[in-house]
Amino acid sequence: MRKIWTRVAIALTAFLLSLAFAGGPSAQNRPYIILQSTTSTANSGLYDYILPLFTQKTGIEVRVVAVGTGQAIKNAQNGDGDVLLVHAKAAEEKFVADGYGVKRSGVMYNDFIIVGPPADPAGISGLNNAPEALAKIAAAKALFASRGDNSGTHKKELNLWKAAQTNPVKASGTWYRETGSGMGATLNVAVGMGAYTLTDRGTWIAFRNRGNFKIHVQGGKALFNQYGIILVNPEKHARVKALEGQAFIDWILSAEGQKAIGSYKLGGQQLFFPNGGRSGG
Amino acid sequence: MSDFSSAFSKAFQLLISGDAALLEIIMLSLQVSLSAVLLATLIGLPLGSILAVGRFPGRTAVAAGVNALMGLPPVVVGLAVYMLLSNAGPLGVLELLYTPTALIIAQTLLVAPIIAALARQAAEDLLEEYDEQLRSLGAGKLQTISTLMWDGRYRLLTAILAGFGRAIAEVGAVMIVGGNINHVTRTMTTAIALETSKGDLALALALGIILLGIAFAVNAALMSLRGTAERAAHA
Amino acid sequence: MLDALKIQPRTGANAVLLDVRGVTYKAAGRALIDQIDLSLRPGAPTLILGPNGAGKSLLLRLMHGLLTPHSGEILWRGGANSLETRRCQAMVFQDPVMLRRSAKANIVHALKLRGVSRAEREERTMKALATAGLAHLAGSPARRMSGGEQQRLAMARALALEPEIIFLDEPTTSLDPASVKAIESLIKDTRDRGVKIVLVTHDVGQARRLGGEIVFLNKGRITETRPASAFFRKPESRAARQFLAGGIVE
Repeated sequence: MRKIWTRVAIALTAFLLSLAFAGGPSAQNRPYIILQSTTSTANSGLYDYILPLFTQKTGIEVRVVAVGTGQAIKNAQNGDGDVLLVHAKAAEEKFVADGYGVKRSGVMYNDFIIVGPPADPAGISGLNNAPEALAKIAAAKALFASRGDNSGTHKKELNLWKAAQTNPVKASGTWYRETGSGMGATLNVAVGMGAYTLTDRGTWIAFRNRGNFKIHVQGGKALFNQYGIILVNPEKHARVKALEGQAFIDWILSAEGQKAIGSYKLGGQQLFFPNGGRSGG
Repeated sequence: MSDFSSAFSKAFQLLISGDAALLEIIMLSLQVSLSAVLLATLIGLPLGSILAVGRFPGRTAVAAGVNALMGLPPVVVGLAVYMLLSNAGPLGVLELLYTPTALIIAQTLLVAPIIAALARQAAEDLLEEYDEQLRSLGAGKLQTISTLMWDGRYRLLTAILAGFGRAIAEVGAVMIVGGNINHVTRTMTTAIALETSKGDLALALALGIILLGIAFAVNAALMSLRGTAERAAHA
Repeated sequence: MLDALKIQPRTGANAVLLDVRGVTYKAAGRALIDQIDLSLRPGAPTLILGPNGAGKSLLLRLMHGLLTPHSGEILWRGGANSLETRRCQAMVFQDPVMLRRSAKANIVHALKLRGVSRAEREERTMKALATAGLAHLAGSPARRMSGGEQQRLAMARALALEPEIIFLDEPTTSLDPASVKAIESLIKDTRDRGVKIVLVTHDVGQARRLGGEIVFLNKGRITETRPASAFFRKPESRAARQFLAGGIVE
């Protein structure tokens, strides 16, 4: 009896160890880079569309880690990524100024929108001035779901509140709800509790659990959403794949990469508008 | 909630169609969690039995520590492993972050305390009964341990299954150390989290149903192995 | 190890096998075994008799080395008791402790722990099972056997070890008469093969049936040590007289 058990155990062990050290199912030995980026871009499906084009051309695989902008920048500071593609211009410029990044280039933009329940309790529908809309939400004490996670979208939201001369954090826990999670999770919460929230248009278009929510505020200058790309500084972290990373940046800023971004559509709508090369808003 | 009914039909459709992407994710999840459970077993069983049989100062403190580690949130384990494996961390040179190996390391750390603690309890309970008899027979520490492990094999199997349950179900650690990279470190749980964040609740729930099915299949396989062994042993 | 012991000059037909010298064992500050001296020689069984709570089982465990005395010493063939010397001995407990394995595997494993070679294990096990009348139950899970069968298996396991001395701790308590008879007959066979028997019992009838040397223990002290015939004819101590008369010993 014991012999059978021993044999089963040995066979199982050998099998599992071979699995454990064989690498992932798709772990080919081709070169790859790690792209630290945001949930908003990844969830929209943009990368699934454009990255295969780059890989096909150069043989370089791009592995996307999609987290909030704050965490993406932190990861890149630790050297856990070769390229950073996020949307928080001030933080990006600080990243470069502190020596963690080589150079920041604008890549593309889309815009933020304020979505909310169809009943529109704060009466903001049709506005294009976001600060004004937020002031109305605060005045009406209508529910508002905030990312609260130091992401690019969260930083944008805080700037808009500042412009509205309102400090919503004082109302945190009452009508102002900080989810502390990603865009999708926050949208789920907002839809669940009937709260307004600020989201980028790309995520909204790709989002499947919209319920009966509507876009109430869009189009104003304040809602512009610029994405920037930065090569992580190899002088800070020797293992950064600078050549491959720069190849990716060069491609995405090239006419070919820019065209790829512009041609990505979901449900007939264009999600991102290329403006690479220009420094961007 | 129409999502509920559509989740079941979606799960069924996914399985029937033999979706390649889904298969890849399932295989990675199994590979990572089974490897982690195997490694955790190799750590946990000896640790648990030493804690049960050994007599050394600080034994109770270590046992209490291991018990406490059972409740460690996966996110904390993930963070710790991230900081170790990060390029800014001490083991950055190994370049393991965002690889399946990182997932295995994190889950091993998560599961080993469970297996160790449950193995210790199982061995201690048996030892209480066997101690005098084994000492009378002149058994040494190692012989005692091997006797307890063999006689407690079914309880150890349950401990290992508990560990597997924790490994296959956790999302916090693999999300941080794996980065949920498509085709590389995307597991069932991070895929579920991703679909949830995309608002595709039906697909997320469908994946959850499939995950439950996998966990059930693994449990059933090990339990039937036990049944076969038991019948053979007493034939 | 054994060979080394055997060439010692003390080893003769009548040499002391196990020597208890001034042994005291305490629990919660109270002496449960109090300054006991006792020498066990090969030959007739030694029966430790006495009321419940006299310390009989404790004394047996001390002699087997499962417990360490607080003062005094226990010598096996003139040397200190140790894991090695325990390997020349065997013990059967009041409640048989069976591993979660078949009857046969229980004995095989005991022999394996003693370092007996694989081939010899098999042979000795089958012989021991036959002696105990359990050959037909070899493959049964030990723990699903009846109480009497389990105790016979415990005897068979102890005998398979081929010990020089065997300690028996009230092995027939709570067994049915047929099982008692089977166990006693096994004990007699063992005695006749020259293995020293040390049996703890509070069953006067059993002591009369098995005979040998009676050590009467009361409240952690030996009140008398005499051949069974003499003891039963005329016990010397008051405690023994009370005990034999069926009274409550105080």
